[in-house]
Amino acid sequence: MSDVTLFAQVKDPENRPNPYPLYAKLRDTPVSHQDDGTQDGIWVASTHAAISSLLHDPRISSETLPAADRPRTGNPFIDWVVKPIRDRITDTHRPFIFRDPPDHDTLRAAVMHEFTRERVRGLRGRADTLVEDILAKHCNARDIDIVSDLAYPLPVTVICELLGVPADDEPKFHDWATQLATALEPDTLTDDALRAENSRTFDAISDYMSGLIAQKRKAPKDDMLSGLAAGKAPGVPAMGTYDLIATSILMLVAGHETTVNLITNGMLALLRNPHELQRLRDDPARAPRLIEELLRYDPPVQFRNRTTLAEIGIAGTTIPKGVSVVLLLASGNRDPAAFSDPERFDPDRSDNRHLGFGGSLHYCVGAPLARFEAEAALVALARRLNNPRLIADPPPYRPGSALRGPKHLRLSIDGLTG
Amino acid sequence: MTVAQERALVIGASLAGLRGAESLRRAGFTGPVTIVGAEPHAPYDRPPLSKHVLTGEVPADATTLPNLTALDADWRLGVAATTLDRHNRVVGLATGEALAYDRLLIATGTRAREWPDAAQGRLAGVFTLRNRDDAAALRRALTAGPSRVLVVGGGFIGCEVAASCRALGLPVTLVETGPTPLARVLGQNLGAVVAAMHEGLGVVIRSGTKVERLEDDGSGHVTGARLDDGSTVAASVVVVALGAVRNTEWLAGSGLSFDTDGVDCDANGHAVDADGRPDPRIAAAGDVARFPHPLYDGRRVALEHWGHAVAQAEHAGRLLAGTRPGAAYAELPAFWSSQGGITIKSVGLTEGADGLVIAQGDPKQGRFLAVYGRAGRCIAAVSFDCARWLPAYAEQIRAGSPFPPIRGATDQGALTILSPGFPEQRRPEVSR
Amino acid sequence: MPDHRSDQAGLQPEPAPARAARPLRVSVDLNRCQAYAQCCYAAPDHFVLHGREALYYDPAPDAAARLEIERARIACPVQAIHVEDAGSHGR
Repeated sequence: MSDVTLFAQVKDPENRPNPYPLYAKLRDTPVSHQDDGTQDGIWVASTHAAISSLLHDPRISSETLPAADRPRTGNPFIDWVVKPIRDRITDTHRPFIFRDPPDHDTLRAAVMHEFTRERVRGLRGRADTLVEDILAKHCNARDIDIVSDLAYPLPVTVICELLGVPADDEPKFHDWATQLATALEPDTLTDDALRAENSRTFDAISDYMSGLIAQKRKAPKDDMLSGLAAGKAPGVPAMGTYDLIATSILMLVAGHETTVNLITNGMLALLRNPHELQRLRDDPARAPRLIEELLRYDPPVQFRNRTTLAEIGIAGTTIPKGVSVVLLLASGNRDPAAFSDPERFDPDRSDNRHLGFGGSLHYCVGAPLARFEAEAALVALARRLNNPRLIADPPPYRPGSALRGPKHLRLSIDGLTG
Repeated sequence: MTVAQERALVIGASLAGLRGAESLRRAGFTGPVTIVGAEPHAPYDRPPLSKHVLTGEVPADATTLPNLTALDADWRLGVAATTLDRHNRVVGLATGEALAYDRLLIATGTRAREWPDAAQGRLAGVFTLRNRDDAAALRRALTAGPSRVLVVGGGFIGCEVAASCRALGLPVTLVETGPTPLARVLGQNLGAVVAAMHEGLGVVIRSGTKVERLEDDGSGHVTGARLDDGSTVAASVVVVALGAVRNTEWLAGSGLSFDTDGVDCDANGHAVDADGRPDPRIAAAGDVARFPHPLYDGRRVALEHWGHAVAQAEHAGRLLAGTRPGAAYAELPAFWSSQGGITIKSVGLTEGADGLVIAQGDPKQGRFLAVYGRAGRCIAAVSFDCARWLPAYAEQIRAGSPFPPIRGATDQGALTILSPGFPEQRRPEVSR
Repeated sequence: MPDHRSDQAGLQPEPAPARAARPLRVSVDLNRCQAYAQCCYAAPDHFVLHGREALYYDPAPDAAARLEIERARIACPVQAIHVEDAGSHGR
């Protein structure tokens, strides 16, 4: 083995545009031990079977270390998103993405009770209008950046409407979301000014949310935050203010960056497969299967970290107790044992059991939102962009290796139709 | 690959018959395929019959199964097979016709076990539930506003019927001879959890009691039942849910080994004769097929599971199409049941279990996963609203992992080994 | 309801009618289902979760719901939904 482990290469920004050949090498050993600079190293699961098995294994935990033992981990997501959330709102109010049963189940049940089919249906009905409103600003453009001009604003608006953030306050959320996204950049690891700015952002959101929650308690409206504050889920206690804040911020952070990447990765895949772009233009009903294939082929969340509560024997090896395990979802999605011709972008494939939204207990809550937002965006882009051409291929990527996506996706276009 | 002029015959036009025929085609069988079904209906799905059909959410005739692949077949519906002549390779039908075969799939399934007293069983208001027409008739009776529904038998069908009746707001009494509902499959330890769940729904449970006779109003309508403790239950609808009987009578004289608990197969799925010799032209699948399960020391089982009917039929279809069996059929048994909004799922077979642990969650919270062990190995797991953890335990059961299983799991209490509490006299594992 | 009900013995199923009104046929492998509820968001009129894990689905949705049902089928993380489209009931 070379000095630089495969997983270290995965994290190397040089490999951000195309980590998939590294994943193929990792799959030679379904569960491998990799040096990541920490004392214990890290365990990486890379095949579809191993990842699926671990996702469903009750000895796998999403709990992170207790508050007292929290040095900087070197993982920007933990250091700059997770830690500030927890520092601010204390350990007992961590959002459910970092919790195990039974706490996880209780918090998630409260959210699912308010994440109703009716609410999602209502938002889905709004998505086309939201996309048209955003694109209207670029009618005569000769170039467009899919990231900043469309993919960025859309998810924030959807989450604000879902939660019940008044339209007048929405611009604040756009700023906060942008600021939180910078927290994912490794540069900020050494930048105390940025870290301070992130803390201020969390303070600002938290203060704003406390106020909004108080308002919703006093005068409930038909929105998710009012519902969560009222706590009507059967058999589940109503969330306190801190849990509500943590949950709201989780939804903003987890639902934002990921959707941006889904839309952007989607447009990139379509431009690299112009035949599929044309087919989507001709038949927008192809969108749902196209989006599932995107979630397999180039998912926004490339991997998630877990820890082991006990020794786990798997795929001919034993993962010790108390170590960190990377579930390399994007690698499982390219596993030839699970998908035929896995390197091919093929929306017509059958039995697409991709891991793009994770699986088991922590399956992405916002998956239905991601699907319809990406559908509205990609269908509109396919229909309206005249002669789109990639300015740079590969495009520049943001540094994140877990939440991975282009920093910009600039296209030359001959204006917008319709 | 088969030669084009070979003929395949599928006896039984339910889930296993349909999936078996599709599998034959997928495996490359190009000769004519004829599917014979005793019922006049195209293959339909049974699980909704005791649930959403009774509650009126799904009409009985809306349950027709989807085809998974285009199926080029000749259908003979509404006619039962009555004889099998293996020497001449002919199946006789109730109409007197004879259909020749080169490949034969036996998928005749089961029927509801009738109330032992035929006259009482024929009373108006007395129902069994197996077929789509049974469900439609029972649904009509339930919408007529019965004073009370008496469910005789606390197996899965009985429990599901009771829960469906409560969803309709009907008074329900469930009489079960065992110590609790579902005691035969889950043991009385978890059976007590089920009983409490049903009592919470408003079902009156009369466990450890037997219905002695069904009573009538003198003009042919049931009025209730007399129990063996001398008490009576007044009810205008009685659902007899005493399990199933396998449809094997038509095999009399065929030389195949069969009885009321199924037709015997070898490990590959070929039907065997009285001397245990497999007939390479014949396979069986679904409820009617009794086969040695490799995960359970080759114990012969016949399973009334939906997923088993699909998997074994697909296996049998490949077998009959001439695909060499790669391995013996060894699908891990699995089933589900939903009752009053709670979903019970199981993997493995509980028969012979000598230990039980609550591996995750808490029965008092209505959400938990229990594992059954036998001689120090995991043999089955049952989840109550906890299905996402089940695959991990399925792997442990497949691997014959030591019991108790998985230690250090999330949401795990003390792994105290309990007695599953199976009633003394267990029938062989012939139902779910 | 265009089922194949008949009192006659040995009747063949009717050919799929040309009119579009014949419902779709849907079944869900509930062994495989883990109640991710993605179908309930994709086709809310035809899939409903009762309690935590009990999926109710419409086995015979109107043909007009084809796109929604297809969305549900595609979105299922465990690919447990089977749909047969009107007219594809081969014979």
